[in-house]
Amino acid sequence: MILSIQDVVKTYGSHTAVNHVSFDVPKGSVFGLLGPNGAGKTSLIRMITTITGPDSGTILLNGEKLNERTPEKIGYMPEERGLYKKMKVGEQLLYLAQLKGLTKAEAHSRIYHWLTKFDIKDWWNKKIEDLSKGMQQKIQFIATVVHQPPLLILDEPFTGLDPINTSLIKDEIRQLNEEGTSIIFSTHRMEQVEEMCDHIVLINRGENVLCGEVQHIKNQYKQNHYRVDWQGDLPGEFAQRFPIVKREKHAVTVQLHDEKESNDLLIYLIQSGVHITHFEEILPTFDEIFIRTVEGEQQPVKS
Amino acid sequence: MSKLSLIIKREYLTRVTKKSFIIGTLLAPLGLLVYMLVIVGLTKYESGGEIKVAVLDEAGVIKQMPDDKGIRFIPTSGKTLEQLKTEVQNKQFDGVLQIPPLGSFSKKEHTVFYHSDDRLAPEKSSVIERKVGKKIRDFKIDSLKLDPQALDMLETKVAIDPEKITGSGDDDSKYTAGVGLVIGGIMAFIMFFMVTMYGAMVMRSVMEEKTNRIVEVMMSSVRPFELMLGKIIGAGAVGLTQVLIWVVLGGGVMLLVPLFMGGIDPSQMQGAMPAPGEMPTIDPEEIEGETFRFMTEIGKQNWPLIIFSFIVFFLGGYFIYSSLFAAIGSAIGDDLGEGQSLTLPVMIPIILAFYITAFAGMRNPNSGLMVFASMFPLFSPIVMPFRMAFSPPIWQIILSLALVVAAAFFFVWLAGRIYRVGILLYGKKVTFKEIGKWMFYKG
Repeated sequence: MILSIQDVVKTYGSHTAVNHVSFDVPKGSVFGLLGPNGAGKTSLIRMITTITGPDSGTILLNGEKLNERTPEKIGYMPEERGLYKKMKVGEQLLYLAQLKGLTKAEAHSRIYHWLTKFDIKDWWNKKIEDLSKGMQQKIQFIATVVHQPPLLILDEPFTGLDPINTSLIKDEIRQLNEEGTSIIFSTHRMEQVEEMCDHIVLINRGENVLCGEVQHIKNQYKQNHYRVDWQGDLPGEFAQRFPIVKREKHAVTVQLHDEKESNDLLIYLIQSGVHITHFEEILPTFDEIFIRTVEGEQQPVKS
Repeated sequence: MSKLSLIIKREYLTRVTKKSFIIGTLLAPLGLLVYMLVIVGLTKYESGGEIKVAVLDEAGVIKQMPDDKGIRFIPTSGKTLEQLKTEVQNKQFDGVLQIPPLGSFSKKEHTVFYHSDDRLAPEKSSVIERKVGKKIRDFKIDSLKLDPQALDMLETKVAIDPEKITGSGDDDSKYTAGVGLVIGGIMAFIMFFMVTMYGAMVMRSVMEEKTNRIVEVMMSSVRPFELMLGKIIGAGAVGLTQVLIWVVLGGGVMLLVPLFMGGIDPSQMQGAMPAPGEMPTIDPEEIEGETFRFMTEIGKQNWPLIIFSFIVFFLGGYFIYSSLFAAIGSAIGDDLGEGQSLTLPVMIPIILAFYITAFAGMRNPNSGLMVFASMFPLFSPIVMPFRMAFSPPIWQIILSLALVVAAAFFFVWLAGRIYRVGILLYGKKVTFKEIGKWMFYKG
């Protein structure tokens, strides 16, 4: 485990922002930290980055309790980003890198490496305020990763980026991940979660409501919906045999009792002489899981 | 390099390399130069121009009156007031000065009339009053057959010199107050200047980081306290740099001003001062004596102690006030207008300390109020340097120094508690009550 959150509580006055939350972030994973606004994600991140401390509970980074060396092992890109507007790109990056414990020479060569990589070497002497928002974002990304931290925490890293820069940063994140960097990824954008993350935790009202491997959670939340595309005519009594969830022109989504029934469905269709062109299991999207979990929390279903 | 020194270095360098700093620092002495030249020019400036005044001396006190301050006195003989008035209307004179007969010598007041349709400038009217008064005095001395030298002997200047009964050495004189006021005044001025300029600079810079949203990135690298302290020290160093440059440049200006003064016509300079013989004469030896006594008083001060305390009080005061500014800056964020209204409570103690010194201190530098004010850390950086000229008990100085150092640590710590919460809080109007709560949040 790169990071282990154990029974962490954080209160601000009378408000409990984080309420006995525990989860682990596996080494080398891309970990989604999800939750609606005000759920306590930022409070959690601030404790991991040692900006604040927990009231109780323990946070371990690489098995070690958080300490004054911790900031050097974490790269944090907050959602509310910013740079010193009047500073030059080079100075700014040098400053931030040195604050992360790099020597000036080290910092210099790494920054140069990144600027070359992004093809923006000639920006060294440009002032931040003269750069576009997207350009500033690149500088911000470099500032986050320049000290090669084993753990990256990215809060909504793609907001404000155009598609080209989004895919550029995405590729860099993937590459860093392949090189062994663990990444915590906080976002509202569920399609990004599905695209990037292998593990998630869902925080709602300060509590851990859902946690685990992405595939596992999807399976857990699946409702045995299967979709068939066909050509020809469906038998008349099909709808009685298999409850239809959604009907399209040449496709139908049905609700099965369990996943073993999928074979029965196929056999039934083949025997009825329908020509099957496509067959798939419909897994819930993270959007649905998110909404179901969060709303289920707020309005508990009476059984 | 430690993080704190990195922060100080950045805070310092980004400021002193700014164009506005360089220009401001260089222009200020120039502004001072212009200001002094304007003052010099104003003293040269004669209001009005010359006027001609016909003197109708019904009292017979004036034989002749020398011209002064652009007034020409023209004696008239045998002409009546009506004739002279016509002559004024014919522009032969600007006005008629009518001195009615004196009457009884015991009268302490005497009214003279100035007939003209033009207003008499206040400066000229006081010159005339003074000159006529002097003439009447001379006339009375003459008429009463008094000995002018004997009269001079009546004047005695009395100076009080306080002497201690117990203890020796530390002998106060009336000049002590002057020296104290100068030291206290300089201290108050420097404090006020540093706090308003650089305390406010700390506040703005905190607000800027908060609005820029860089602060969260910074917080993930350094502790909030380090960032705040770095800012305070960095801005203070900028202030000292600026003061140092000004001292050097200001010294240059002081040397330059006499050169311009040299271009002034000495006779006009003399005109600006009362002509000899019309004011009680000041013995040059006496001036020398005064200066000597003042210098002795300055020499008698315990300078090593004063300079040491001066530095401690200055640093203590700066840290106390600028940390308060940092705390306020962290709490308000991007609303500069709100910031300015919140800075007022911070400014009040400085102003108060100055008034206490100027009024209570001048009356009795060792009164209960002064002793209290010289202990209270928000006041002591300004009040104690003043009191030190009056050689207060050494334990009071030590206690005051200890308190200001302790308070500086306390206020920096306190501001740090507020800062670390405020800096990460957005979009909320903050009340003082809430700020109070932040101090008790856990880390």
